[in-house]
Amino acid sequence: MTANGEPALSIQGLYKLFADDGSGLQMALEGLSKDVIQERTGAVVGLRDVNIEIVRGELFVVMGLSGCGKSTLVRCINRLIEPSVGQVWLNGREITAMREDELREARRNDLAMVFQHFGLMPHRNVLDNVALPLEVAGITKPARRERAATALELVGLGEWGGSMPNQLSGGMKQRVGLARGLAMETPVLLMDEPFSALDPVIRRDLQDELLALQEAVQKTIVFITHDLNEAVRVGDRIAIMRDGEIVQVGAPNDVVLNPADSFVREFTQDVRLHGMVTAASIMDSSEEALAGQTDDRYVVLEDAVLDELVPAGLSATQPLQVVNRAGALVGVIPLERLARAMVSDEAAVAATAEGEPAA
Amino acid sequence: MPPAATRQLLTQLLTGRLPTGAGRWWSAPLAILLVGVLFVIAYFAIADEFPFDVGRDVGHRIDVWLDWLEDNLSPLFQAIKDVIVWFLISLEDMMLWLTWPAMIGAIALTSWLLVSFRMALFSASSLLLLATFGLWESTVETLALIIVTVTLSIMIAVPMGVWASQSDRLDAILRPILDGMQTMPSFVYLVPAIAFFSLGNTPAVLATLIYAVPPAVRLTNLGIRQLPAETLEAAESFGMTRNQMLLKVKIPLAIPTIMAGVNQTTLMALSMVVIASLVGAGGLGLDVNRALGRIEPGNGFLAGLGIVFVAIIIDRVTQALTRRQQAALGSD
Repeated sequence: MTANGEPALSIQGLYKLFADDGSGLQMALEGLSKDVIQERTGAVVGLRDVNIEIVRGELFVVMGLSGCGKSTLVRCINRLIEPSVGQVWLNGREITAMREDELREARRNDLAMVFQHFGLMPHRNVLDNVALPLEVAGITKPARRERAATALELVGLGEWGGSMPNQLSGGMKQRVGLARGLAMETPVLLMDEPFSALDPVIRRDLQDELLALQEAVQKTIVFITHDLNEAVRVGDRIAIMRDGEIVQVGAPNDVVLNPADSFVREFTQDVRLHGMVTAASIMDSSEEALAGQTDDRYVVLEDAVLDELVPAGLSATQPLQVVNRAGALVGVIPLERLARAMVSDEAAVAATAEGEPAA
Repeated sequence: MPPAATRQLLTQLLTGRLPTGAGRWWSAPLAILLVGVLFVIAYFAIADEFPFDVGRDVGHRIDVWLDWLEDNLSPLFQAIKDVIVWFLISLEDMMLWLTWPAMIGAIALTSWLLVSFRMALFSASSLLLLATFGLWESTVETLALIIVTVTLSIMIAVPMGVWASQSDRLDAILRPILDGMQTMPSFVYLVPAIAFFSLGNTPAVLATLIYAVPPAVRLTNLGIRQLPAETLEAAESFGMTRNQMLLKVKIPLAIPTIMAGVNQTTLMALSMVVIASLVGAGGLGLDVNRALGRIEPGNGFLAGLGIVFVAIIIDRVTQALTRRQQAALGSD
């Protein structure tokens, strides 16, 4: 967890059942399984006993396969979907207890949202799209135009205010969606698969941009995605969902290297092999290990990932030497430590804990 | 007996699940009664003749009720008539005052700007052709009738469609009524319309309304209901009220579909002009009617061709308007 402080957004005991007359909820509270409930009552369990505390300024990612309830969860926060039971608290105020008019105020002032398919209004130009929520909030025309223009500037679309949404590419449309969320100047930003409809290169650009913006604005962000690579890239913490339940919550490293169960393990396997375990994360950088390393036949770069280390390790007879980009020796990977990282996640974590002073 | 109970009972009977002890106390006797009634009906069905005929009485009741309306609401009918006639006459006078070259020029120009140069040529030549057949005044009269009828239809249909889109219950109620309005033979309501408004353009306009309103209601309703869910969700997430949603998002986005409804309404109205002439409307419809009465099919054909030309011009122009709206919104 990189941010600290008291929770800005707190979700407590949240359940959502669809097509339910109340009996399904009762069964869910008693702990019956999703399938049993659906068979007996026809109700579909969307969310089951979700508890999350999100700290102010944190970028919190909710990840899961489609149909796992992650989109339902984010919609329960601003009550686009009404939860069946449970509480959502925002800075000490209970959203789930709000009357309709209070909820509208909260949506205008506290909870901006960015959508997968952008949700732009095709009959308004880009500037007026960004200004629309401000118009709804009753802000005067000059003021809202100025704020909208600033937000467009922020996402690099300052010149495009007069264009119509259908003249923009997908990536630009989502920048408009993001600008619209930012212009509302809310403490919380809900993002429902914001980059999933974009192609990979644009997606990466926007992820970087989001991180840079977040650095500046420090909002509390709930970010929904089905893509673990994206989750690992942008998230301060990640919650993994399955069948409407949170399976694991933790820092990206933690989730990837130490999956809570086989479901998460399967999920994280690709990322573990390809991205998370680097030479730097499993090397031994202690003085003793570095001393007396003269044999430089087996040298790897510190940001080499496990996939690249494996071939080197197979041909090596000595510990691998880890160097940084400048060519200086920074650590050593004993072969048995590499082997452990290849076969066991727990070992990899242990190795990480020993070998790496700072993440 | 509450409808839910009826449904439950029917379900029990149809599924062969007999009422159990847990059911209501009257369910068993009621089931027996129902079976008894079915037997009686079956008996008479075999006897080849239905046991009752109250059709005449009911029909008579309706007549009495219509007479009562005629006697007691005549000031209202007179007021409606005055307004409609005033609009028709003013419009007609204005178009005649503009003279045929100006009118044809204006229509051709509109066709050019909205559709194409070819369409402008078609509009101009077809209207000139009608003028050479001595049908200009009738054409103007028909145009005035159509414009007034369509304007009234839209004023009724669009708010109704918007309302229906906001309420599933109203939608369910409205659906069979709209079906009825479109399929009920128009002569059935032409006669009471004459009784209320006497012969002339007013019953014609109202009879046409009954026929022309449904498509515009349906398309308005549909246009609003089929908007992409995420756009509406986005609007909701800004904290919009219901009215803000309707005025700032739903109606503007439904405009192309609403325009398609206007197009349909116009064509429906045109298809009614001959029937409307039976109750006293003038224009091309009357020319058709008169020619048929005098057994002059040639003249009837010319006037009929006039209706076709007017229909094509109006259709192409309103369709082009719809397309423009669609293009402006684009595919998001």
